[in-house]
Formats: sequence, C-alpha cells, structure tokens
Amino acid sequence: MSDLLIEAEKDYTGEFLKAKKVQRTKSFLKGVLFLLPSIILFSVFLFYPLFKTIYLSFFLTDSSGATTVFVGMNNFKAIFTSPLFLKSLEVTFLFVLYTVPGTVIVSLFLAVLANEKLRGIGIFRTIFSSTMGISVAAASVFWMFLFHPTIGWLNQILELFGVEAIGWLTDPDWALISVSLSTIWMNVGFTFLILLGGLQSIDSYLYESADIDGASYFYKLRRITIPMLSPTLFFVITVSFINAFQTFGQVDMLTRGGPQNETNVIVYSIYQEAFMNYQHGAASAQAIILFVIILLLTLVQFKLGERKVHYQ
Amino acid sequence: MQHVEMIDLEKSYDNQKNVLNGINLAIEEGEFFVLVGPSGSGKSTLLRMIAGLEDITGGILKINDKVVNHLRPKDRNLSMVFQNYALYPHLTVEQNILFGLHAKKVEKKEQQKRLIETAEMMGLTELLKRKPKQLSGGQRQRVALARSVVSHAPLCLMDEPLSNLDAKLRAHMRIEIRRLQKKLGLTMIYVTHDQVEAMTMGDRIMVLNDGKIQQVGDPITLYNEPANLFVASFIGSPKINLGTAVIRDHHLIIEDSIHIPITTSDIGNIIQKDDLTIGIRAEHIFHGEEDKKTHELEVINVEHLGNETLLTFEIGKELWTAKWLGQWRARVGDKVPVKISVEHMSFFDSKTTELIKPASNTAKEQEVVAI
Repeated sequence: MSDLLIEAEKDYTGEFLKAKKVQRTKSFLKGVLFLLPSIILFSVFLFYPLFKTIYLSFFLTDSSGATTVFVGMNNFKAIFTSPLFLKSLEVTFLFVLYTVPGTVIVSLFLAVLANEKLRGIGIFRTIFSSTMGISVAAASVFWMFLFHPTIGWLNQILELFGVEAIGWLTDPDWALISVSLSTIWMNVGFTFLILLGGLQSIDSYLYESADIDGASYFYKLRRITIPMLSPTLFFVITVSFINAFQTFGQVDMLTRGGPQNETNVIVYSIYQEAFMNYQHGAASAQAIILFVIILLLTLVQFKLGERKVHYQ
Repeated sequence: MQHVEMIDLEKSYDNQKNVLNGINLAIEEGEFFVLVGPSGSGKSTLLRMIAGLEDITGGILKINDKVVNHLRPKDRNLSMVFQNYALYPHLTVEQNILFGLHAKKVEKKEQQKRLIETAEMMGLTELLKRKPKQLSGGQRQRVALARSVVSHAPLCLMDEPLSNLDAKLRAHMRIEIRRLQKKLGLTMIYVTHDQVEAMTMGDRIMVLNDGKIQQVGDPITLYNEPANLFVASFIGSPKINLGTAVIRDHHLIIEDSIHIPITTSDIGNIIQKDDLTIGIRAEHIFHGEEDKKTHELEVINVEHLGNETLLTFEIGKELWTAKWLGQWRARVGDKVPVKISVEHMSFFDSKTTELIKPASNTAKEQEVVAI
C-alpha cells in the first residue's frame, strides 16, 4: 500500500518538472517578444556598427570607406607611434581632468544652494538647470562671443581690471582651459538637476534629528548630505566621465582642434582621420582604443567607487 | 516644578489658518504626558513646535520657566524620537548613537562611557557594529531610544514611536518606554493616535481635535468623565455606546426604542429635556438576570475574546456593544435579557456636544481601586 503511494508521488514529480519546463520556455519566448523592438534597434544602430568598426580597424580603405588592403594590427601600431595621436590622448585626459571635477563641484555647490527652502527658489532652480536645454552648437556660439579677443566680454572685463587681454581660443596655453570652461557650463545643468533630485530624496527627518542633536550646518553637510548623496554622486561622476571622453561638438565649433592640436581630443581626431583624411581604417582603430579606455576606466571606477557608496 | 508651559500657543500656515488654537498647558517635571488625537488634529505639529522644528505663530512657550520661542532646537535641551526613527542608514548603530555627542564635541572618554552605559541599558551591546538595515523593527526602535537617552536631555519628545511595530512588540515597548522614563526621571511628551497607548502610558492625557484642546486629565478621569462627545467616543475600547435621547413623562427615551423610567434623583440637575445624547460604556450593559432585566435585545453579532464576550445590538440606528465577562454562548438572532440603568449613563448636549452630567455610579461600582 505504502509502496504504491510513493510510486504515485514519483510519477507526479516527473510530470511537474515537465510542466514547469514548458512554462519556463513559454515565458522565455514571451520575454524575447517584449525585448524584440530594442534587440532590433540595438542590432542595427549599435552592434552592427561596433563589429563593422572592429572589422575596419584591420584594413586600409579608399576614400569611400571600402576596404582595400588587410593590414592586421598595423593600424594600431601606427597610431601608438604617431605623436599626433599621443598628443590627442594627452589632451583628452587633461580635458577629462579639468571638466569632470569642475562640473561635479560646481553643480554640487549649486544644488546644495538650490535645495534650501526659500521664497522664489524655483526661479534659481530653473536658471541653474537651464543649460540642459541649450544645444552644444548654440552654447558654443554664445561662448565664442564671450571668448572673442576684442569684443568678447571676458577680455573687456579683464581690461577693466587692467589685466592684459587673453587669446582664449588662440593661445595654446589657454585654448584647452577655455573649451573646458564652456563644457563645464554646458554640463552643469544636467548634473545639477540629478544632484538636486538626489538631495531632495534625503529624508528631512535626518536633518531635523541632527538639528535637535545640535549639529552645525557643515557637520550635517559632511555627515549626512554627502554620504546620503553618494549613490547619486557616483552616477553623476560616471556619466560625466564618459561624456567628457566623447566630447566633440564644442571642440569642432570653438577651436577645430587647434591651436597646435592643443584641443585635439580623441573624438575630434577620429573625425579628422575619417572625414578629412579619409583614413577610415585608422579612425576605426582610434575609436576602438577610445572604447577600451572608457570601458576600463569605468570598470575601475565601479571597483573603487562601490566601496565608498552607501546605498539605502 | 513646571517643566514645559504653553500660554495661548497658536499655529497657522499661509494657506491654512489656525492649525492650533489657544493651547494653554503646563507639564510637570518628571511627568509622562500624552498628546492624543485623530490624524490631522495638530498633535504632531504641537510637538514639533515644542522641539523648535516648527515656528510658533502666536503665544508663549516656556521650558524651565524660560521663554524659548526664539531658541533653536539644539538650545532647548531636549531629545526627540521620530516616527520612522530617523536613523542614519550609512552609519553603524554606535555612530548613530554617538552622532549628537560628536556634533556637540563631547569629550571622547565621556562619549564612550555614555555609549556603554546606554547600550547596556537598551540591550544593544551586541549590535553596535551593525547598520540600521541589518536590524529588526524593534531593534531600530531601541537604537532611536538609545540616541535620545544618550543625550542626557531632561525633556524627551516622542512622535508616534510605536506605530511601525507589530501589536505584540508594541505592547512590550510600551512597558519598556514607561520603565525607562520612570528610571531616568525624564519629562516625556508623547504623541500618539492610539487611545490604548495613551491610556496605558500617560500620567496625564491631552485629547486634541481640530487644533483645539478637548480635555486634559488623568486616564481614569477621561474615561469616566469625558468632557464632550468627542472625548467620550475617542477614549475607550470598545467605543462608548451613544444614543440620542429625550425625557418625557418621567421616562428617558433613547433612540425612540428604549424607554427607562427615571426619577429626579437619577437625573439630578438636568433641566434640559430635548436634544440629549446619552453615553453608556460597554461594560455597563449588564446581563439581566430573570428578575432584574430591564430590556430584551436581539443579538446581531457576537465576538469571543476568550475571557470576555462582546455582544452587539441594534438600538434605533445605532449599534451598541455590551462587554460581558466570561464566555457566553449567545447566537445571532437570540433575544437576550439586559440590564441598562440610568446611573451608568453620561448625559451630553447634542447641540454643543458638551457633557451635562457624568455617569453617577462609576466611582462606586467601577472600583477605581487605590492600593
């Protein structure tokens, strides 16, 4: 009697497993169906170009981009011996070093200010985040006027203080700084908005409790605001980092890589190589290198950053 | 000595006039004072005004006989426990407890001494290195209490500290908080919407509704002599049984369905004959033994609580509940004999909702036993 019962149970488990398998396959197929639109879009606009770029980087091409001669790793070798590329690598790193901390510090400062509950604070929030709505081209034109050697406001202000005029975009020592300055201005809007959102999601009870405990403003900033904001800060830093490496528009508009290649960041160098010199193979190789650099640095950032980030 | 004193305290916001109105109150040193009321009654606002987290619109607030209207929270020498505990999620239990002392730059040695002392008292010694998210609800609650205790502030404010706990833990924490308060001799101002918490914990209770004080008194007084219909129905579980009543021809007629003969001695100084509302507690609707029954009522619901039984009757359009000690095998639809007498009834004016006459017999029979 009892043997029979056990046997019957065994049969059932087998059937259960089968039924579960069918259900799993069904739900997998359904999931794929939902993902299909993005799979198609990503394939056409991301995966295909990526593999095409890798493919191209092993070839020499004619002016239309068609492959001519297979050269293997020669494109990469040539790049790393080219002083021009090494220069643009250096410029890119400097540019990132100027803009990322600059953007984050300025927008954090503005966000902390704009987080205060004051009358008319909405106006300031709008102003501080407004650069998000300005296109790179428009912003560049605007900054071009500011940087203009004779009629630009910046030089006029300097003159007012009796300082000699600066060739903002023409002086090799200043050009990268000027481009960085305008980039910080352009990126502050977005970063500010994200940080403000992060600040507003911090529970007000924490501050009230600290008020009763007698904590000063800076103590609260250091012990509550910054740690509680760390996930947002981490996100903002990572995104700004990637953005800075990919900067193109303002360089193209303001300096065209000059003077003396002082602002020739990698993306601009890729553009020149591909569409001015028609060296699609070499340009592809540069693009691959940029991709690897960003990937590695982002991974490093995650490894280092995650330990210091407090998720709630 | 009066620890906290409020004179004509008022609060209004730009878009909402008179959130609190004419609050006059004195809280003694070492007293466990409970502010109770439904949500939106202004009790939390009042507590936050005492703490200094909300501006005071009008009136005077004194702590230790000094006017503190203008002082910042940290200068009022008090501690506060928040409803959601306000623990810092990125700090360990130890850092959480020491946050305030650290901010006030208390000496390191003194910090450690107080930490050990408090952790032992609250049973947190094992948990000091943990983060709040690794703690259970009850443990978090204890950390919040520890943070308040460690400050050595003589005045402690609590804003619904038990509302996030389950029923069992809540009953336990009620006793712990009460014991802690007595042991440390704290003056406690405790906000809750739960009348059971108010009754069980408070030395004195203030019932607040719509920003106005309804009644201030010790729990028993509030229960026996509620100042108005709001207090009567807010305090006590099950809820007091209410019914509109009129007096006609030496009879009290409740909800047009219950007639009770009355004499002048029963109603004392009531001259009003119409627009009365009577209230009778569930434990005062007795089971009527054969010769003593006054009415027979149809049971519409029975709740067995183990040691007592709740029976629900329909009186006019009101539902009345009787609480009988022991286990009664009554069934829905049964007619049961009950004894309802005027001496247990409180009389209220239906229009003003004010108390006209409290139940005359509570003190005698309800045995508020003094030990």
